[in-house]
Amino acid sequence: MTVPFSTIPEAAQNHWLWAIVSVNVLMGFMLASAIFFVWLERKVSGRIQDRLGPTRVGGKYGWLQTIADGIKLLCKEDSIPGAADQFLFRVAPYFAICGTFVAFLALPFGNGIVGRELGIAVFFMLAVLSSEVFSVILAGYGSGSKWALFGGIREAAQVVSYEVPRAICVLIPVIVAGTLNLTEAVGQQGGFFWNWYIFHDPFTFIAFWVFFICGTSSCKRAPFDLAEAESELVAGFHTEYSGFRWLLFFMAEYGSMFAISGIAAALFMGGWHTGLLPWDPAVKLNELMGWPGAILGNLINVPVFILKGWGGVFVMMWVRWTLPRLRIDQVMMTCLKYLLPISCFLLIAICLWQLVIDKLEWQVGGVTLSVPGLWKYGSALTCVMLIILWVLKLLRTRGVSPPGVTGWADKAPVMAGTMVGVK
Amino acid sequence: MEPAGLNAFLLLGALMFVCGAVCMATKRNAIGVLMGVELVLNGANINFVAFSYFNPVFRIEGQVFALFVIVMAAAEAAIALAIVLNFYNNHSSVDVDTAEELKG
Amino acid sequence: MSLQPFLFYTVAALTGLSAIMVVVTQNIVRAAAWLLFSLAGTAGIYFLLGSDFIGATQLIVYVGGTLVLVVFGVMLTAQGPFVNLKTGAGEWAMSLIVGVALYTTLAVSTLVTAWPTSTEESRLRDERSSTNVALLGQALMGVKEATPQGMVPGVNNVVRVQMSYLLPFEIVSVHLLVVLIGAAYLARAKRRAHRLPGVTN
Repeated sequence: MTVPFSTIPEAAQNHWLWAIVSVNVLMGFMLASAIFFVWLERKVSGRIQDRLGPTRVGGKYGWLQTIADGIKLLCKEDSIPGAADQFLFRVAPYFAICGTFVAFLALPFGNGIVGRELGIAVFFMLAVLSSEVFSVILAGYGSGSKWALFGGIREAAQVVSYEVPRAICVLIPVIVAGTLNLTEAVGQQGGFFWNWYIFHDPFTFIAFWVFFICGTSSCKRAPFDLAEAESELVAGFHTEYSGFRWLLFFMAEYGSMFAISGIAAALFMGGWHTGLLPWDPAVKLNELMGWPGAILGNLINVPVFILKGWGGVFVMMWVRWTLPRLRIDQVMMTCLKYLLPISCFLLIAICLWQLVIDKLEWQVGGVTLSVPGLWKYGSALTCVMLIILWVLKLLRTRGVSPPGVTGWADKAPVMAGTMVGVK
Repeated sequence: MEPAGLNAFLLLGALMFVCGAVCMATKRNAIGVLMGVELVLNGANINFVAFSYFNPVFRIEGQVFALFVIVMAAAEAAIALAIVLNFYNNHSSVDVDTAEELKG
Repeated sequence: MSLQPFLFYTVAALTGLSAIMVVVTQNIVRAAAWLLFSLAGTAGIYFLLGSDFIGATQLIVYVGGTLVLVVFGVMLTAQGPFVNLKTGAGEWAMSLIVGVALYTTLAVSTLVTAWPTSTEESRLRDERSSTNVALLGQALMGVKEATPQGMVPGVNNVVRVQMSYLLPFEIVSVHLLVVLIGAAYLARAKRRAHRLPGVTN
């Protein structure tokens, strides 16, 4: 359970030196994550498209591909179109990266490991991430080209619409937790994995998936990536950007993907808790050894949180290269006709759950059965069983094609000069 | 340097208010006038929140009022823009100097 | 704290400069960009004043909502490449004179008045430097403290009665619903009038 905790002493947190240190550490983490994500995206996209991805730069797996990409982008010519609005064109990428990075300040990476502990942490993160839409508009208008303008305006409409169900879906675990403070909300999910809010009741379960969809859309990721639709708008709002300015947009996109995954991990998936230990290592070691124990315990907590965040980003990449792109009217219809009513219904239902259903319990032969307890353990164990079954099926069918599908090597060789389909 | 006092915040609020008023008076584009209205409301809000910080008796009242002002300003901006769009649909121009059909 | 004046003057300079640039610039989209900086700077001022919730609300409502609305309005009412509607020099002069006079009046009345501010003891009584969001929520929900703290300054033996803001909260909620419906109705798609400016029917 939650213990009022500060791994970093209170006096140090208010010092200006801590501000500089924490900002630098967070910026370094965001950039290192972005480097990893670029490589991961190319590998994931390659594997899903039945090819290998980068294999040359930096050994067999192409570890250094991102470094090569970064060097290329830094050395590119800084070209600005003649019709561009000089001031707005230059300012837009910095707005994107600021909007993304400031959100990291309130995200707790471990128990007490947070840039600045805010009482309104999750609201602050949503507010700052929502200011990113303006960078898209400024980039689209400031580029002076109609493709960029179309991409920018469509993108702005999409992001602004999806912010509403996203915020409502964030409200749902906040109602369960009773606080906007992310450190406290995660602290309440301690212990084993069935204490996580995703298993708390059916409405938070649905809210997780709806939040993930809305978060994917507000990061402008496929299948909602009309702003960057290569087949339609060249590159949407960042058509005219090249080199370092484009890199800033790209890093802002990966940063906001991690921020959304971080919020999802913190609110729904137990944050820094492993889910396999009955207590929080930082709290336990703090009781035993005091302040150094908290640091040691957080050495387990922080990697767990980072892995959960990275896992969310991996799922977003996986979905991008699997599903086809939606049209703009389909995107808006999904938001306004499906996700928004669903999230409003979930909001009412979670209030009902907290007020009424949470208190229902009855005695059966000396054992107290309560509805929240039944749902909690039942859904957690069901999910674990389903995951185990799925992994077993994957292992069983590895390398075996479904019946009826032939690979390219099975076809008879076509003679040069013959036309297929012509008798 | 000693911390910035109440007067500094009030002067900043006054500056934003005056900028908004001048913007409302000089812009010919109707949406420019709307931007002036936003500046005026924000200047007043700074005053509210500054008073709430420097006098803890009003700690909650100042912030609640600022919250209501923000919400009402957003609502008013939406309606004002709807009116401007209607005006544009009828006159093909957003120049406020052409809005003189009710004159005289 | 030595950090607070540095931060305040930086953010205040940014906000004030952006507000002045909104007035000065002729291009309407650039004016929207300067307005964005000035509103974001105002949010920074709120964070400096310990009102985290109001600062975050300012960001999400103004920067993420109202400004996007304004820019959409600018795009929808554009005629060709943005025609710069220029104001005459006489109007500029008059507005500036009135503006300076107004600012002088406000500044002098601010500096002359002896505002009743808190003493150091009442400030130190709050452990955290930022306001607790729960207090704000309780005020909006109409939950009253049993023993409200804080005396009305300058008057003895008068204890502040905590107000409840439930009724204004509900009124604002209904108001927003009405505005939503009204704006959607007003701005519904109609056939564009094919009229040249200046030509009356």
